[in-house]
Amino acid sequence: MRLEPRATPSARALLLAPLAAVAFTLLIASALVAWAGAPVGTTWGLLLQGGFGSVFAWSETLTRAVPLMLTGLAAAVAFQARLFNIGAEGQLYLGALAAVAVGGLHDGTGFALPPYVLFPLMMAAAALAGGLLLLGPALLKARLGVDEVVTTLLLNFIVALFIGAMLDGPMKDPLAMGWPQSVALQPELELAKLIPQTRVHTGLLWALVLAGVLWAVMRRTVLGFQIRAVGANARAAAFAGVPVQRTVVWVALLSGALAGLAGAIEVAGRTSYLTLDLSPGYGYSGIVIAMLAGLHPLGVVVASIFVAGVLVGADSMSRAVGVPTYLADVIVATALLSVLVAALAARYRLVWRATS
Amino acid sequence: MNEVLTLLMQPEFWVAVLRIATPLILGTLGVLLCERAGVLNLGVEGIWVAGAFAGWLAVYHGAPLWGGVLAAAAVGALAGLLLAALTVGLALSQHVAGLGITLLATALSYFGYRVAFPKVSTPPTITPFAPMDWLPLPVLNQETPLTLLALGLVPLLAWGLYRTPLGLAVRMVGENPQAAEGQGIPVRAVRTGAVVAGSALMGVAGAFLTLAAFNAFFFNMVNGRGWICVALVVFASWRPGKALLGALLFAFFDALQLRLQQSGDSPLPYQVYLMLPYVLSILALVLVARHARYPQALMKPYRKGER
Repeated sequence: MRLEPRATPSARALLLAPLAAVAFTLLIASALVAWAGAPVGTTWGLLLQGGFGSVFAWSETLTRAVPLMLTGLAAAVAFQARLFNIGAEGQLYLGALAAVAVGGLHDGTGFALPPYVLFPLMMAAAALAGGLLLLGPALLKARLGVDEVVTTLLLNFIVALFIGAMLDGPMKDPLAMGWPQSVALQPELELAKLIPQTRVHTGLLWALVLAGVLWAVMRRTVLGFQIRAVGANARAAAFAGVPVQRTVVWVALLSGALAGLAGAIEVAGRTSYLTLDLSPGYGYSGIVIAMLAGLHPLGVVVASIFVAGVLVGADSMSRAVGVPTYLADVIVATALLSVLVAALAARYRLVWRATS
Repeated sequence: MNEVLTLLMQPEFWVAVLRIATPLILGTLGVLLCERAGVLNLGVEGIWVAGAFAGWLAVYHGAPLWGGVLAAAAVGALAGLLLAALTVGLALSQHVAGLGITLLATALSYFGYRVAFPKVSTPPTITPFAPMDWLPLPVLNQETPLTLLALGLVPLLAWGLYRTPLGLAVRMVGENPQAAEGQGIPVRAVRTGAVVAGSALMGVAGAFLTLAAFNAFFFNMVNGRGWICVALVVFASWRPGKALLGALLFAFFDALQLRLQQSGDSPLPYQVYLMLPYVLSILALVLVARHARYPQALMKPYRKGER
């Protein structure tokens, strides 16, 4: 048995592959639902309804999709250049911290700047914080060959502890009754709501615009071409005159900035202050979303809405029938692995022969 | 400084070092075995969680403690088999497949825990391994048999890798699978075997947490320890003896930070001490990067007849 590349991957196979993967995921998850002792059909109905069944469900799903889109884009652009950025979680938190540092009141002693100056400053600070956090591991990889997967992963834990120290110490809100919580953003810096009475905010538009911009950058600019060339074959790219190291630096800044913005937009759009539970692992989910989307920026939009719907739907499903919310994480992880296999099946064919 | 010196004189300190080192030794040997055969195992973090949960659940349901260890090893091996199917069999990206295994194993363990115990607030406990106080050795008699197992596995794995035909086969498929194939070594079978065995060790590393270090299963109890094994393997230049050294060194600093944190008069916030293990891991990676000699075929999928 061996794999043989298809001369041209058939369009039908490429389209059917993700559907087959989703079907397989549903099968596995259904078995788990049955094991948990809940009626399978009802559970799926509740999950769908909770994620997509009403205006309120959609507003919650889209709210949850915003940080996922941004971390998904962060992973997609980095993975295109084969820079395995697993540190989006840390970049998100550092971006949020930078946003609060610039846009927080600091008990009345904050920057005395008008909001239309302060807001771009806040977003720029968040993007820069995220970008610089990834620059270190990217340079270590480019210069010394240190595996970026491990360094970015370990940095997530370091950043989480650093944020904890800041929220316990210098950046703690004195009015937070002892909770480790930062001061709130100035109200003028918060993002407006898209639909009144819901939580969905204009950060959604930001994420959509950034997805469009990233798609244009990847498709239409020299940098995008260089990123894809480095990802396809760094040695060949260098031979062809692509400045590999400089491209990797740009990718790191771009990817980290997107994750940093995810943190700032979460704070500005949803919470208005920073706590240690700002993200339930959006950085890691972003990787899954990028893979589900085949690293395509516009695919990331669709995939993040799908994942957000599953997460939101699982919450309400869990309250109704008592199946643990961790089902959502199982679904997302199984979807990742089965999409990988399905994508492979579309590009290769299995040959049942010993050797040719 | 004097405080640190008196600390180093206390046997309790070294007992703590060895206890912290035990799962790191097991996990690092597991990662080492996979990487020597050419497969990066980023499932390690999730396999720790799954091993911790499976071992604990088995004992909770009445299995003997060693039965729990076996259950953890079996669950680890199963995860390894899945990883091998994806990376060795289907030649998918080892990075992404490994992360997928971590996500899946963690999610399944948490899901299983919540299904089994829907409404508990305090985690149910078991009776963990007792220290081997019959042993006539000072520090070691305060440790559980799993520490002895971990220490024993180091020379065993070294001997296996360097002195047996099977070990030679493992090293060959990690360095030059084409040449190995030419020698008649079934490359994919050897790689699969190494990944399964290595992942079983990672499962036992996780089980140490619930069956020896603590007596219950908590969410987030692994909290990045698994990843540290990946860093330790590079630090050890893929050698079992150095892996033991690295794990001990690492555990030394970890135990030190625990004591400094407990002494209470620290000028630094406690988070700084908790950062140390992760910072040290990154430093270790940077320091050895210049002369790190990765197994040449690490992360390279092998297909028959292709170069």
